Amino acid sequence: MGRKITIEPVTRVEGHGKVTIQLDDAGNVTQSRLHIVEFRGFEKFVQGRPYWEAPVLVQRLCGICPVSHHLAAAKALDVIVGAGTGDGLTPVGEKMRRLMHYAQMFQSHALHFFHLASPDLLFGFDGDPATRNVIGVALLHKELAVQGVMMRKFGQELILATAGKKIHGTGAIPGGINKNLSIAERDKFLKGPDPLNADKMVEWAQGALDFFKGFHAKNKDYIDNFAVFPSAHLSLVRKDGAMDLYHGVIRCVDADGKKIINDVDYQNYYKIIGEEVKNWSYMKFPYIRKLGMDKGWYTVGPLARLNTCDFIPTPLAQKEFEIYKAYTKGKPNHMSMHMHYARLIELLHSAEVIRDLLNDKDLQKDNLVTKGKKKKEGVGLVEAPRGTLFHHYRINDLDQIEMGNLIVSTTNNNIPMNNAVNYVAKANFTGQKEITEGMMNKVEMAIRAYDPCLSCATHALGQMPLEVSLVDSDGNLLDQKRK
Amino acid sequence: MSDIKFTIDGKACKAKEGQSIVEAAKANGVYIPVLCHFEGLKPAGTCRICTVKVGGRFMAGCTTPVAEGMIVENMTPEIEDMRKAIIEMLFVEGNHMCPTCEKSGNCELQALGYRYQMLVPRFPYLWPVREVIADTPRLYLDRNRCVQCLRCVRDIVTADGKHVFAVTNRGDKTLITIDTKLAAKLSDEMALKAMNQCPVGCILRKEVGYKIPVGQRKFDSKPIGSEIEGR
Repeated sequence: MGRKITIEPVTRVEGHGKVTIQLDDAGNVTQSRLHIVEFRGFEKFVQGRPYWEAPVLVQRLCGICPVSHHLAAAKALDVIVGAGTGDGLTPVGEKMRRLMHYAQMFQSHALHFFHLASPDLLFGFDGDPATRNVIGVALLHKELAVQGVMMRKFGQELILATAGKKIHGTGAIPGGINKNLSIAERDKFLKGPDPLNADKMVEWAQGALDFFKGFHAKNKDYIDNFAVFPSAHLSLVRKDGAMDLYHGVIRCVDADGKKIINDVDYQNYYKIIGEEVKNWSYMKFPYIRKLGMDKGWYTVGPLARLNTCDFIPTPLAQKEFEIYKAYTKGKPNHMSMHMHYARLIELLHSAEVIRDLLNDKDLQKDNLVTKGKKKKEGVGLVEAPRGTLFHHYRINDLDQIEMGNLIVSTTNNNIPMNNAVNYVAKANFTGQKEITEGMMNKVEMAIRAYDPCLSCATHALGQMPLEVSLVDSDGNLLDQKRK
Repeated sequence: MSDIKFTIDGKACKAKEGQSIVEAAKANGVYIPVLCHFEGLKPAGTCRICTVKVGGRFMAGCTTPVAEGMIVENMTPEIEDMRKAIIEMLFVEGNHMCPTCEKSGNCELQALGYRYQMLVPRFPYLWPVREVIADTPRLYLDRNRCVQCLRCVRDIVTADGKHVFAVTNRGDKTLITIDTKLAAKLSDEMALKAMNQCPVGCILRKEVGYKIPVGQRKFDSKPIGSEIEGR
C-alpha cells in the first residue's frame, strides 16, 4: 500500500515549508521533497521604485538577516552610482559596512546554534519535544542559554550602532554609509562591562566551538554519518583565497575539491549561474550553467565557505580551520551536521573581525560617500549567514528600478536540502508503518543544519501548525500527528 | 496696539492683531497640530487637523484670526478624537508604507500618527492606484503619499514666478501634479526646499534618500509638537 507522509510546517527554521515523503507498497521511499509554501515576490514590487530605496525596501523580506539584503543591495547600487565594484568605497564606508555585516553574521550564527540547533544536540533527536527547545536549554543549561542571548544582543547592538536600527536599518546608502562610529560607540563595544565587550565575545565564541568539538568527540557516529552526500560548494572568497564574508570573487569546488568556478568577478554571475522554476515550490533552483540543471546544483553556507576558502585571515579561527580541515584530510567536507561545526568557526572568525575593526581608526573618519559615473546596472553579492546572496538591479533613465533579480542564500541550497531530506527519509522511513516524533525531527534536523530562511528565499506571512499525515494509496488516513 | 487677550483650554493667552489661532497658540506655548499649514505661507485650511472649537463651533485654527475674549477649545477629548480620525483617513486614502519610506522619521503625518497613538485605522483602506512621476531630473513625485496639503502648489515657484506644482481632477480623484519642464529648471536649492516642505514622502529630491541616520531624524528623539509645548 503506497503512502504519503507530510511534515508541515518544518519547525525551528526561519519561514514556512513542508516536507512530503512518498512510499511505495513495499514501504520504500520513492520521492521526498521540501516544498516552500510561501511567496514574497520582492523581485516584482521593487520595479518602478527609485533605485536608492532598494537597500531599505528589499531588506524587509527578512527579519533575521536584513543586514545581508541591505548590504547586497547597497553593493549593487554602488556599481550604479559609479562607486566601483566593491573596492571603490572610502575606508570608513567599507569598514562600517563590514562591521555591520560581521555583527549580523555573529548574531545570526549565535541565534542558530544556541536557539535552534543546540536542543537537538543537548537532548538528542528523539528527546522529549516538550524540553527539546530553547526553553529547555534555558532550564537545564542556563549558562549556555545566557551566552546565546548575550552574544546575540552584542551583535544586535553593533548593528544598531552601524545601521541605525537593530532590524531594518538604513546605514548603507548607494556609494557608502550614512554615519561613522563615534568614539563613545566604539568604546561601548571594546571596553563595555562583561559580558558585552569584544574580548568576551571572542572567548564565548571559542567556548561554543569547544562545546561542539567536545560533543562531536563523544558522538562521532551521530555527527559524522547523518545526511552525508557529495556536493559542489560555492562561495565568495577574497582574491587571495582567504575567507571574506563581505566581498570577493565567486569560487566553486566540486565534490573532490577541484575548482569548477575559478574566482570569477560576480558582476558576470548570470553567465555562470542559471535559475530554474518547478511547479511544486515557490523557490527557484539555481544551477551552474556549464554543468546543466541536473548536475549543476551546489551548496552554499558555512560548510561551503570552509570548503572553498584557502585560509581564514584571523588567528584563532585559522587555528580551528586547520583542525577542521585535517579531520577530512584537506578534502571537502560533506557531512551535513558539520555545518554546525563550520558555523561555529565562522562565529569565532566574526568575533575576531569585529574586535579588529573596532580598533581601526578609519571608523571615525568623515568621508562617508563616494560616487562616480552612473551606470544602468549593478550586481551585489555578500556571504550572508546562510550562504551566498545575489542582488542584481537594472534602472531606467528616470532612476527607477526596472529589473530586480535575487538569488537568496537558501535558494542556492534548494537541491541540497531536498537531497538531505531524501537521504534521511530513505534511512529512516523505509519499511516503517508508524511515524514517531523522532523520525519527523530527523528530517527537520537535516533541513535545520542549513539554517534555511524560507521566507527570504521565496519572496509569506502567516502561521501553520505542524501536521504529519500518513495516507494510503487510496487516500485513507492511517496515522496523523500534530504539533 | 495692545495685545488681544483670549484663552485656550482655560489658559490665559495674548496675541497680536491679525494672528491666526494656530500662530497665537504657538506663541503662547500651546500646540495645535497642523499639516497643510507652513510658516510663511498663506494658510489654506485644507487638512482640518488644526480644528478647534470657538463659541461651540468648529473652526480651522490656521485660517481663523484670534479675537478679543475668544474662548478656544483645543485638547478636548472630542476634538482630539476628531483629529485622530482625520489622520486615520489620510492614512487609508493613500498608500503610506512607512517602513521603507525615506521620509520616515521626518514625516509629519507619521509623527502625528505616533502622537495620536494611531494603532489600527477605524476606516477601511482604499488602496488607490496612483502613478508616480519620475521624469524630472531632480524630483521624484510619489503621489501614493500625497495628503493634498498644497504646500508645494503655494510655495514652489521658478525664478520667474511660475508655479511648478498644481492640482488636477476633483474630489477623491484629486491629484497633485508637476510641470516637468518647469521642474527641470528648478535649482538644487529649490528642489531640496520642495522636498523639505512636503510634510510627507511625496516630493523627494532624487538620490539623497536615507542620508540622515536613524536617531538623528527630526522626530526620532522628540515627538511632534514638543518643540512648542516644551517652551
